[in-house]
Amino acid sequence: MSYLEYNTKYVPTGFRKVLHLNWAIILLLIAVASAGFLMLYSVAGGSMTPWVEPQMQRFALGMVLMLIVAMVPIWFWRNMAFVAYGGSLVLLLGVEFFGEVRMGAQRWIDLGFMRLQPSELMKITLVMFLAAYYDWLPNKKTSHPLWVVVPVVIIVVPTLLVLRQPDLGTALLLLIGGATVMFLAGVHWAYFATVGGGGIAAVVAALQSRGTPWQLLQDYQYRRIDTFLDPANDPLGAGYHITQAKIALGSGGWTGRGFMQGTQSRLNFLPEKHTDFIFTTLAEEFGFVGAFTLLVLYLLIVVFCIISAMGNRDRFASLLTLGVAMTFFLFFAVNMAMVMGLAPVVGVPLPLVSYGGSAMLVLLVAFGLVQSAHIHRPR
Amino acid sequence: MKRAPKDVIAGARTVSRRALVVGGVQLGIVGALGWRMQSLQVEQADQFRLLAEENRINIRLLPPSRGLIFDRNGIPIAANEQNYRVVMVREDAGDVGEVLAKLTEIVEIDPRDLARAMEEMRRRSPFVPVTIADRLSWEDVAQINLNTPALPGIQAEVGLSRVYPWGADLAHVVGYVGPVSDYDLSRIDDPDPLLQIPKFQIGKTGAENRLERTLRGTAGTRRIEVNAAGRIMRELDRQEGDPGKDVQLTLDSRLQSYVQARLDNESAGAVVIDLENGDLRAIASAPAFDPNLFVRGISVADWTALNEDKYRPLAAKAVQGTYPPGSTFKMVTVLAAMEAGVVTPDETVYCPGYTDVFNIRFHCWKRGGHGNMNLHESLKQSCDCYYYEIAQRVGIDKMAEMARKLGLGVRHDLPLSAVAEGLAPDKEWKARVRGEEWRIGDTVNASIGQGYVLSSPLQLAVMTARLATGRVVTPRLIRLIDGVEQPSGLGESLGLNENTLRRIRASMEDVCNHRRGTAYGSRIIDEAHKMAGKTGTSQVRRITPEERAAGVTRNEDLPWERRDHALFVGYAPYDNPRYAVSVVVEHGGGGSAAAAPIARDILLQAQYGGPPPLEAYPAAVRDRIAEQQRRIEARVPQGATGRSRV
Repeated sequence: MSYLEYNTKYVPTGFRKVLHLNWAIILLLIAVASAGFLMLYSVAGGSMTPWVEPQMQRFALGMVLMLIVAMVPIWFWRNMAFVAYGGSLVLLLGVEFFGEVRMGAQRWIDLGFMRLQPSELMKITLVMFLAAYYDWLPNKKTSHPLWVVVPVVIIVVPTLLVLRQPDLGTALLLLIGGATVMFLAGVHWAYFATVGGGGIAAVVAALQSRGTPWQLLQDYQYRRIDTFLDPANDPLGAGYHITQAKIALGSGGWTGRGFMQGTQSRLNFLPEKHTDFIFTTLAEEFGFVGAFTLLVLYLLIVVFCIISAMGNRDRFASLLTLGVAMTFFLFFAVNMAMVMGLAPVVGVPLPLVSYGGSAMLVLLVAFGLVQSAHIHRPR
Repeated sequence: MKRAPKDVIAGARTVSRRALVVGGVQLGIVGALGWRMQSLQVEQADQFRLLAEENRINIRLLPPSRGLIFDRNGIPIAANEQNYRVVMVREDAGDVGEVLAKLTEIVEIDPRDLARAMEEMRRRSPFVPVTIADRLSWEDVAQINLNTPALPGIQAEVGLSRVYPWGADLAHVVGYVGPVSDYDLSRIDDPDPLLQIPKFQIGKTGAENRLERTLRGTAGTRRIEVNAAGRIMRELDRQEGDPGKDVQLTLDSRLQSYVQARLDNESAGAVVIDLENGDLRAIASAPAFDPNLFVRGISVADWTALNEDKYRPLAAKAVQGTYPPGSTFKMVTVLAAMEAGVVTPDETVYCPGYTDVFNIRFHCWKRGGHGNMNLHESLKQSCDCYYYEIAQRVGIDKMAEMARKLGLGVRHDLPLSAVAEGLAPDKEWKARVRGEEWRIGDTVNASIGQGYVLSSPLQLAVMTARLATGRVVTPRLIRLIDGVEQPSGLGESLGLNENTLRRIRASMEDVCNHRRGTAYGSRIIDEAHKMAGKTGTSQVRRITPEERAAGVTRNEDLPWERRDHALFVGYAPYDNPRYAVSVVVEHGGGGSAAAAPIARDILLQAQYGGPPPLEAYPAAVRDRIAEQQRRIEARVPQGATGRSRV
């Protein structure tokens, strides 16, 4: 209850909270989402259906949720952290037993009004719970081995569940997101160095184990790695995605082919053109200028989050803000790296731009937490 | 748990410090992404732009229409016919089975075609048009168009296919086209992309084959935009190709048709040359085949029948068949001897019915002998002994040289399949090919066109043309290509003694018009159109001494394959030659009986430009000729049906 120690009378109340929102982040979110609407309109061949309209509705819903979450004091959310994490974990387990298998992966749970991806939810609730944990943990104990094992368990349990779905991309995101919060909280460097070294050893082991009885990854995961390393090897099979995506990107040139003029997406050469690979359409139609602008917009969102976190003395609030920023960063960085052939194809959408419900809603709720942390920061 | 303010501030500091580290790493990653973007979109943009274009743009060929072939009078002998076919697009059809059922109610479709089309539709993408039926009549197409609303996905399309209006009459000259095969592709070195079109029609034999490049034309191109599934989205641009060039042949299709009809029921070849320019007016080989069968795809039964026929209908005997020329070679022997000066025209040689050369006896066809023979009489009566004698005097090399000068034993360059070279043998040839020394008996045999000598009807016609004109007449088959006149076939003088030539022509005239000439029975009595010529009968078997002693078996009693070939070469009018002709009837018996009448009829037909009046014939044969003319008149050119005649 550390807030009681600060002077909370300066924390805005009621309608005045709206004036203290982090407007820069809101405007940047709207700008990025608008770019998404534009691209969905284009890949639909100049039509509001089937993607733009639902996407706009979800964005509007998400913004409302974000504002509601923002209005609620941050200490309430801290108290809710364990419940949120526990709930997400239950849902993940639910997917394990009742999930719908789609595109070869078991990821969805049907709630009736929408299909929820618990793994999306987990990306935020994990960060939230870790932030709450370090808020609770005295500084001195941060690097104590016993108190390091606890967050590791908190991270590894949902990661393993997601990996079982199987969804390598999300699992990596959870792992990196969680580790980042631990790092930010001040866990000793040595742990990271050790785990990093171990990770490299694990990667080597995973690659070496291929074809042996104790093979560590699924065959399709190995194939994705192969394809990533040499897309030309299999141009019509798995490498098709990467090759066509690079062609689309590259053919955009400096300024692109112009809005709705992208031949690669319009003629269906691009796979998943409205979801994971939507960035390629943007890069093809608006060229380097458009693609780089989007990258800068994303970076600015992260930068404003960091600024907000650094100006916040509340440990939970700043760790949560930074954790959300890191998760958001991982989303767009992995997606872009993937379509540009710098990372293997893992199913990570371009945040706020790719068509899709739960990822967008979860992200906007997460930014609601960031806003709440910003509004209710100790002054 | 309460925190000391000191702790709070220290914790916040740690977080801030580490946030800067994380932010730095993030900035670095963003920098890497930006650099990658720059490298793909700016540095390699051109390369990727090209790849994108390759992705989306397909080039389709537009096949040109094949050039037409006309006869000398502008009558088409190879034409393009509009050919209707009906295609179906599965995705537009809805219920494929139902639509096809309706279609079969309207037009008759082979159930096998239907099954094949169904199979193909299952295999191909739904937007690809699949041919249901080919070669529909215009009436069928009209019916289909009328019922369009009831037949969703069904379209009638029009294409061009090759048709030969004269059918079998010009089969060996024109040849036929057929779909390009892997064998064709492996054999010909032609980078033309048209050949890669499945079922593209190329010339397989005859002029269609030899004039392929001229007739084919060049492909046009159509650049189309396709999507990832191969569906055509739109046409970007279109560049028309050049249609194939038209060719006019020197042939007279009416004369050709007549000759073909006249040779009916024989296995024979005949060639007619216009002496003014070397134009080949007719090149007939009998029996023939209908080339239209090949264009549509010949059935196994038809193919087997053509292949197994002992008269070999597929062989172009007029240019491809080689035969011992027999007595028609005697002009060569006598010219060689006269030119060499080893004998004079009036010098006589005694014919006792045989000649002994060392210890071998060579017989004259007339057992009792001809008595004293000079140039004139020996040719007229076709005495063999005279030639045995003068050939020994002049020698084979001079004879072979003369043969080649007259067009025997050399390949004439005509745009036809397999033009035979024949053989004018000499000492060098025998040493080279046979590895044996030339014997005097070989010379004696060659003097009367037997032994090693071989020539085609075409070569014999060229020889006759050169004898009749005294000039180098080169056969010409192509009159115009794309409206451009081809060089005339009438060349320089042969440089032969004009007096000798006159004497030879005079005896050829008597062969046909003198009571004792070998072709007197086939004379033309119309003064302005009289014929001159030479008969020939060439053995295809050796007559043994025992056989000769027992009396030579009559031709009629032999099996067909062992009968003599009947030959005749001639020209007309005898005093101002215009046409030369050669006729070879395989195993036809005697030249005077089997070949000369055919040559006479052909020359009359050529000179009159149609059926000659009966008055041109001796009174005794007129009834038979009238009957023959009626028979030929009633004959429709084979394969030329009403519809396909363009």
